Amino acid sequence: MKTVLRRTAVLKDCPTHYCPGCGHGIAHRLVAEVIDELGIQGRTIGIAPVGCAVLAYNYLDVDMVEVAHGRAPAVATGMKRTNPDKVIFSYQGDGDLAAIGTAEIIHAAQRGERITVIFINNAVFGMTGGQMAPTTVLGQVTATTPAGRQSNGQGYPLPVSELLAILPGTVYVERCALSSVPRIRQAKAAIKHAFELQINDAEGLSLVEVLSPCPTYWRMTPSKAMTWIEEDMSKVFPIGRLKG
Amino acid sequence: MCGNEALAEAAIQAGCDAYFGYPITPQNEVSAYLARRMAEEGRVFVQSESELAAINMVFGASATGKRAMTSSSSPGISLMQEGISYLAGAELPAVVVNVMRGGPGLGNIAPSQADYFQATRGGGHGDYRSIVLGPSSVQELVDCMPLAFDLADQYRMPVMILADGILGQMMEPIVLEPKPRRELPSKDWALTGKDGRPQNIVRSLRLAEGALEELNNRLQARYREIQENEVLCEEYLLDDAEIVVVAYGIAARIARAAVDAAQEEGIAVGLIRPITLWPFPMKQISRAAETFRLFLAVEMSSGQMVEDVQLAVAGKAPVLLHGRSGGGVPSVDEVLAKIRQLTIHSTPV
Repeated sequence: MKTVLRRTAVLKDCPTHYCPGCGHGIAHRLVAEVIDELGIQGRTIGIAPVGCAVLAYNYLDVDMVEVAHGRAPAVATGMKRTNPDKVIFSYQGDGDLAAIGTAEIIHAAQRGERITVIFINNAVFGMTGGQMAPTTVLGQVTATTPAGRQSNGQGYPLPVSELLAILPGTVYVERCALSSVPRIRQAKAAIKHAFELQINDAEGLSLVEVLSPCPTYWRMTPSKAMTWIEEDMSKVFPIGRLKG
Repeated sequence: MCGNEALAEAAIQAGCDAYFGYPITPQNEVSAYLARRMAEEGRVFVQSESELAAINMVFGASATGKRAMTSSSSPGISLMQEGISYLAGAELPAVVVNVMRGGPGLGNIAPSQADYFQATRGGGHGDYRSIVLGPSSVQELVDCMPLAFDLADQYRMPVMILADGILGQMMEPIVLEPKPRRELPSKDWALTGKDGRPQNIVRSLRLAEGALEELNNRLQARYREIQENEVLCEEYLLDDAEIVVVAYGIAARIARAAVDAAQEEGIAVGLIRPITLWPFPMKQISRAAETFRLFLAVEMSSGQMVEDVQLAVAGKAPVLLHGRSGGGVPSVDEVLAKIRQLTIHSTPV
């Protein structure tokens, strides 16, 4: 019998704590497969955020650190500068990266830190109960926008990738989605490219934004959540390569 | 060399691999010096976008087993408290220099000792301590650097050097000689890539029932060991003294001059100078309280260290305070006048 598919050893063989239909499981697997395929498991250090993925070190079998909310790009800076031969990546949600950690991601990019950032955008704070995130789209109902997000008073969705793409310190920025098989395959290719740039010592930061479903706090079935990414969320956050 | 430059050079000689910092007065000579010297040494220097980022860069470098430090002054150190708490929770070594200035708020840029509570009580959230060193000369500041890195590595915790604007700015002759290093445990916990070994995880999150209490109990046991073994303090002219002045850092330099002047007037006064502020020299002061009549705490705050003196004296003798705040520096005459005043009060009836 011929093996046509195997589970990557970089993804630990254990159940995750994620809700049914959550995108983190898919995103973890893509990162794990890329690390495996590039043969960098032994020299990769990952950074887990504060948010739903805080326990990522329980699932990804590489050296990992869990850090303060939003500070991952600063921690990554400290790691990469002192260990240029290691592959450093942060895995951050939208509350972590686009709210409390805005200064850290902008300045890590501005300095051209040679790190890889996986940015999971699911348009809500998941861990704390589905509050509005900077990436919540207009009209979206969350725990703290019961009438739907209004631009007057609650502001507009923050286009992080577009902001980062204009900085000279980024070498690669792409927005992907987990809403269909082709999209997932493209997301994996983007993540792989982002890691390859770092391995090849490209002079700057690479970031992949991943539009990821949160059926629990979108109040949708998992399949409806996938449709919502395709039909609604991607209108606010257009999918595609922004730089590099 | 001014104190700030001297501590920077001492950090290099102590094997500091990386420095991360954000500009703030009165410690800017540290980063200006290290920007040049770290490059010469082929080591890491990064000017961060904030103190929040600086302490987290330290966190990152330290998590990979490197010797890392930052320096700042009071308002910047307040911003670092989150990171210091995470360092404590993740059991990571780090050296943080606070060249204190007047507060609260933006305060001023004059020398101060008003961050004593923040430094010695932990400062950030949670049940933790940092080792705190309070040097009183540029030479001692220099000597504190290798000690701070060694203590941080030995006990896997942040070590803070509590200096002040005078110490940072003043120039004194120094001897830079790398002190013999301690025998330090290997950093087998460090994140270096899992090649050839199981995964290493550095974290402060402990969700399982009882797991966080277990971590805290381990930290507390370590803190007790430090209290037992790492107290440093200087005792000066304590024989036959009726009055004991307690002061640290630059205030101790002033207090010592006042003690000398009072001795010339025939007043039986001595000085206890804590060098480690945490662990505080409780036993030394407690022992002194068995014999001496009056304690006078002299500090550049409205009264912070005095509370530790009171705890150590435990009601066995009166404890008085001469404190100056908001960047005010006590003069020798001022402290001498206070000592004279106490002499009158302590005359046996």
